[in-house]
Amino acid sequence: MQYQLKINGESRTVEAEPGTPLLWVLRDGLELTGTKFGCGVAYCGACTVHIDGYPTRSCQTFIEDAVDSEITTIEGATDKIAQAVQAAWREKDVVQCGWCQSGQIMSAIGLLTENPKPTDDEIKEYMYGNACRCVTYVRINEAIKLASEKLEA
Amino acid sequence: MTINVSRRGFMIGSAAGTAALLVGVNAKGVLAAGSGVVAATDLNPFVKIDADGTVTVIIKHFEMGQGTITGLTTLVAEELDADWATVQTAFAPADNERYANLFFHAQGTGGSTSIANSFMQYREAGAAARDLLVRAAAQKWGVDASSITVENGMLKSGGNSGHFGEFVAIAATLEAVEKPTVKTPDQFKLIGSDKLHRKDNTDKTNGTAIFAMDVNLPGMIYAAIMRSPKFGGTVTSFDDTASKDVAGFIAAQILPNKAGVVAFGKNTWAAFQARDALSVEWDFSQAETRSTDAMIADHKALLDAPQFDANHEVPLASVEPLLANATKTIDAEFTFPFLAHAPLEPENCIIEPTENGVRLHDGCQFPTLTRPMVAAALGLEPSQVEIRTLYAGGSFGRRANGASDYNVEAAMAFAVSGRKVPVKLVWSREDDIRGGYYRPMAVHRAKIGMDSDGKIIGWDHRMAVKSIMKGGPMEGMVQDGIDPTSVEGVTESLYTIPNHGIGLSDFQTPTPILWWRSVGHTHTGYVMETLMDMLATETGQDPIEMRLAMLDPAGTNQARMIEAIKLVREISGWEKGDKRGFAAHLSFNTCVAVVADVTVEDTSVHVNKLFMAVECGVAVNPDVIRAQMEGGAGYALCAAFRNEITLTDGEVDQFNFPDYELLRNAEMPAIEVAIVQSNNAPTGVGEPGVPPTAPAVANAIFAKTGKRITDLPMTKAGFDFV
Repeated sequence: MQYQLKINGESRTVEAEPGTPLLWVLRDGLELTGTKFGCGVAYCGACTVHIDGYPTRSCQTFIEDAVDSEITTIEGATDKIAQAVQAAWREKDVVQCGWCQSGQIMSAIGLLTENPKPTDDEIKEYMYGNACRCVTYVRINEAIKLASEKLEA
Repeated sequence: MTINVSRRGFMIGSAAGTAALLVGVNAKGVLAAGSGVVAATDLNPFVKIDADGTVTVIIKHFEMGQGTITGLTTLVAEELDADWATVQTAFAPADNERYANLFFHAQGTGGSTSIANSFMQYREAGAAARDLLVRAAAQKWGVDASSITVENGMLKSGGNSGHFGEFVAIAATLEAVEKPTVKTPDQFKLIGSDKLHRKDNTDKTNGTAIFAMDVNLPGMIYAAIMRSPKFGGTVTSFDDTASKDVAGFIAAQILPNKAGVVAFGKNTWAAFQARDALSVEWDFSQAETRSTDAMIADHKALLDAPQFDANHEVPLASVEPLLANATKTIDAEFTFPFLAHAPLEPENCIIEPTENGVRLHDGCQFPTLTRPMVAAALGLEPSQVEIRTLYAGGSFGRRANGASDYNVEAAMAFAVSGRKVPVKLVWSREDDIRGGYYRPMAVHRAKIGMDSDGKIIGWDHRMAVKSIMKGGPMEGMVQDGIDPTSVEGVTESLYTIPNHGIGLSDFQTPTPILWWRSVGHTHTGYVMETLMDMLATETGQDPIEMRLAMLDPAGTNQARMIEAIKLVREISGWEKGDKRGFAAHLSFNTCVAVVADVTVEDTSVHVNKLFMAVECGVAVNPDVIRAQMEGGAGYALCAAFRNEITLTDGEVDQFNFPDYELLRNAEMPAIEVAIVQSNNAPTGVGEPGVPPTAPAVANAIFAKTGKRITDLPMTKAGFDFV
C-alpha cells in the first residue's frame, strides 16, 4: 500500500504494508537510518522520533497512524533547541558507540521544548526511557543542563 | 613508477602525478613512505596527506565507542603537528600483516590494547610523515631543514609558509628515515590534552554516522534466522505455510549447518515476521537440556576435585594440611550467572557479491578471524572476502568471536539465497538476548586459613567455569590445560598471598560463551576483592591499609596499584572506620581502585557516588579515559544489580530488555575519576573499570548492613536497586 508521510518538512511517498512500524519504514524504506532499532518493544528509546513535536517510539507506531502527523527524525532536527542540544553533546563528548544517541537527543529536545529549565531530577525522570548501554548518562545530563543554559542566555 | 628499497629495508615510491603522501608499513612490516600509486600495490598507510593538505589517519582498530579513532588520531596528529580540527579518519581494510594488532599478530581489537599496541607505531608514522614534509619544504624553499617549524598543518621558514599538501609531491620522492625521532613527553601538545573533542562526536549526533545496520544496497534482501530454542539443537524439518501469509516474504531455507532456518524478506520487518511465523522441528539429542539450578550444582560438584592446579608452585594438595592447622578460617562460595553483552545495535551483517568474491559490511572487531571463517562458509579464498569496517553500536566482547557467528550466518544465508543479491542479516533483540555467547556462568569456593595473629597461612581457591578458549582459534594460549581467561585475576593477584593454591575445573555445556567486557576478571575481581574485604573485617583492619600492606612496592604493577589506591583514598576522603566500600583490581595491565558510597533503606540500595582512580600509564586522551571508567562502572553495576541469563530445561528464560534490564539514567551514580600522572607506556582503559566496581558496591552494602553478597546478581540477596 502507498502512504504519504510528512517527514522533516517534506512529503514522502512510501510503499508499506499496514501495521508496519514507522521505524522500519524510515530505515528500510526511506533510508533515514539515523533512527535506530534497539529492542522493538519501546523499552530502549533508540527509535525515538518526534510526532507532532512529541518524542515517540517509532518501533511501536504503525505507519497508518502516522500519516496525518508531522514526523521529525534526527536528520530533520535542526531548530534552535536541536542545535543547542547537539552542540552541548559535542562540548561534553557524550557519545561512545553512538547507537542510542539519536534517540537520546530527540528526547532531550522534547524535554527542553516542554521544560526549558529542567532540574536534575526532572532530567533523570524524563530521560528514563532512553537506555544507553555504554552508560553515558552522566554526560547526557550535563549536556542537557548546558544546552538549557545556552538557550536561556 | 619507481620503488626504491633502502639497504635497511625501507621503501619509498614515486610516481608521476603523485596525488598523496602515504606513510605506513610495507609488506615487510617496516615503516615506509610512498605516493598514492604505491599504496594501491604495496603500502597500506597509517597516514595519508592529500595535495589539498587534508590529513587522513587510517584506523586499524574498529570503533565500538571506546574512543580508538580519537586516540589513534591523537598519536599521529601529535607527531605530525597537524591541525587537530581538520584531521580526518578512515577505517583500514582487512590486512593481517600491515594492520595487525602488534600484541596479537593478527588484525583485531580486544583486551583493551588499541592504544597500548599502537602507541609507538602511530606516533612514528606521524613523525616520519612530518620529517618527509620538512625535508621536502627545505628542498623546495632552498633552506636548511632545521629552520623549518611545523604547527597546525603549516610549515614555515622565514618568509616562506605553506600547508602540508604543497609538499606531498616532493615528499613522496624522498626516503623515509630509519627510525623517526618522536617527541619527548614535555613536547606533547595533544597527547594528554583535555581540550580535544572526540572525532566521532559530530556524525554520531546528527544521524549521519553509518553503522552496518544502516547500509542499504540496491537489490538487497533481508534475512532473519530461527535458531534452536535449546543450545546445540539442529533442524529436522520446517513448515513455512504461515510465513507465506506475510507480505514481503520471499523464501525460507534451512542453513547448511542445520543450526537454523533463515527467512528472507523484502525488508527487515517482513523478514522478522516471516521468521516468527515459521514452524520448525528440532533434534535436541546434542542440546543443553539442563536448568540453571542443575548447572550451578554441576559446577559445585566440579569444585570437589579440581582438574588443574593453576598455581604450579603451590599445588592445592599442599594447602589442605596447612589449613588444618589454621586458628581461624574464612569460607565462602560465589556464583555468577551467564550474562548477555546486549550491544545496543543488535548483531547484523551484510554480504554483497563482488566481481571477485564478496564484500562484508560489518562493525568488524576481528578481521583476521572473520575473513577466513566467511571465506570457508562460502568456499572462497580469504583474499576474495573484502571487509568494509563500519562503526559498531557497542560490542563489549560480543563481536570478537572466534566462530564469527553472525558473520558466518550471514554468509550461509547469502549462500542459500543464490549469491546474486546482497543479503542483510539482522538479529532482533530477542535473538541477541537468547542467542548465547554469554559471559560464562562461574562458581568459586575459597577457604582462607589464618594463624592466631590473623596472618594468612594458606588460601585454597577453586573455580569451575567453561573455558572460552578451548575449541576456538585462541586455543594455543591454553597451557597445561589451563585457560588463562578462566583464572586471570586470581592467578596474577598483586597481593602477597602465602600458600595460594588455585584449582580449576572446566565446566562443559553446549551453551556458547564468550569474553564479556573484562573477561575472567568479571568474576575473579569480584571474588578476590570481596574476600579481601572479609579478611579486613575478620582481622579488624582498615580495608585500604590492609591491601597496601599486602602490596610489595618493589613490584612494578604493585607500585602502580599503590598509587591508584592512595589517589582514590585522597579524592574520596576515606577515613578509618569508613562506612563506604573499597575495591581495587589490576586487569589488562591497568590498575583501578574504587570507593563506593551507597545508601541502604531496608532492602533498597542506591549507589550515590563512585570515586575511581586509574593508573594506565601515559594518559593519551584523559577525557576518553574518564568516559571509559564511567561506562565500565555503569556496565558493571547493571550486571551486578540484576542481570542474569537463566535456563529452564535448556531454554533461555529471558527475551528482551523488559526481563534483561539495562541501567537507566536515574540509576547511574555521580562519579569522580582521577588519573594517576604517569610516564609509563599506556595501558588499556576499555575494560579495567569493570572488575572493581561491583565488589566496591558489595563491600559498601556490607559496611552498611553487615550482609555479604556472594551470589550474583545482587537481587538474589534480597536487595533491590533504586
